[in-house]
Amino acid sequence: MHEVKNLKSPLAPSQVTGESTATILRELVAHLRENRTQLRQEWAQRITEAKLLTAMSSDEIFTEATAVYDQYVEALETGTFEALQAYARNLSERIIPRGVETHEVVGIVLLLRDVLARSLFAKYQGDFGKLNRILDAYEPAANRIANTVAVGFVQERERIIREQQEAIRELSTPVLQVRERLLILPIIGVIDPQRARQLTEQLLRGIRTNRAKVVVIDITGVAAMDSQIANHLVQTVEASRLLGATVIVTGLSPEIAQTLVHIGVELGKMHTVGDLQGGIEEAERLLGYKVVPIGDNQQSP
Amino acid sequence: MAVPILKQGPFLIASIQSALTDTDLVQLRDALVGQVGSYRSRGVIVDVTALDVLDSFASRTLRDLAYMVRLRGAETVIVGIQPEVAFTMVRLGLTLEGVATALDLEEGLFYLDQKLSSTQEKG
Repeated sequence: MHEVKNLKSPLAPSQVTGESTATILRELVAHLRENRTQLRQEWAQRITEAKLLTAMSSDEIFTEATAVYDQYVEALETGTFEALQAYARNLSERIIPRGVETHEVVGIVLLLRDVLARSLFAKYQGDFGKLNRILDAYEPAANRIANTVAVGFVQERERIIREQQEAIRELSTPVLQVRERLLILPIIGVIDPQRARQLTEQLLRGIRTNRAKVVVIDITGVAAMDSQIANHLVQTVEASRLLGATVIVTGLSPEIAQTLVHIGVELGKMHTVGDLQGGIEEAERLLGYKVVPIGDNQQSP
Repeated sequence: MAVPILKQGPFLIASIQSALTDTDLVQLRDALVGQVGSYRSRGVIVDVTALDVLDSFASRTLRDLAYMVRLRGAETVIVGIQPEVAFTMVRLGLTLEGVATALDLEEGLFYLDQKLSSTQEKG
């Protein structure tokens, strides 16, 4: 870009007559169409050299490059970006699952911009004034194209992330009744603030509808939690108590135990047992159940 | 609006029907603490099912009520706290520590019955 500015400064004031931007653009597009094969080839090669799109084979890169090139030229010609935007979104949809990153997509579009700019330099090197006008027309359009593609990619990515979050939320945690008045809440995976809130709501509502007296929250499947979530867990335990239910927390990992101690949880408020089995046995005792194997029962006098 | 206090065997039941002002709450507290003595009650149940908010004053008054009743020789159970109310209270740090709670009136009565029979066994 510096190059361009240096060239421009002595020449810029002489805004030239005759050729309108439209004519310039038409000439530009014609040039890009003419040299399609060669420029496309060069671009694909630079993509491979820059080690972008490593998740794709060179054939695939070439196919996509061709399509992007044609869309690019068309966007330059028509000045409308809807088709390119749709294509960018479609492309993103196909390549995101294969692990293509944002910097790669932005990178290849910028490479194309560079390749085309170089070809323009080469073509108009004898006529700086003309080169200037061509670049004046080319640069804003090219930047806008780069922008469109990058934004399309990021939007698609965000859409996918949102979808996945929703899927996880739906998989979220069931509140299960194992005996009359005894609920268990097995929690698996990462707990974010939103999920924590949802868990609490479900649990408190579950306590009311099932008239639960004891709840076992099993967090064996939770590797770690930050202090905010740990605090939330303590609050859930206290809120359950206000509804008249005792909460037993089971399966605390060493890390979570550390977090809880770190935030200074009062152990008097939190009833914990090593594993789910122990938790259920403890809950049964609290509820006055006694579970005895049938065989033993018959043999005992 | 005054809260009616019902005598049910050895227990007193106060069922709050609508939002109370601070003055009403203090009146309720004083009435219950007084009647525990005059009826020789062994337990007090305060039903807050109808309340959709329990602020810090209300929580503190209920806690004081429970402590005062205990000093007069009876047990208190707060029943019917709504799930949303419970979580809001906890977030505000109002946990009614040291006060018995139960899901609803039936549970509260059951709790007091058990408490009563266990003290009778001991005595």
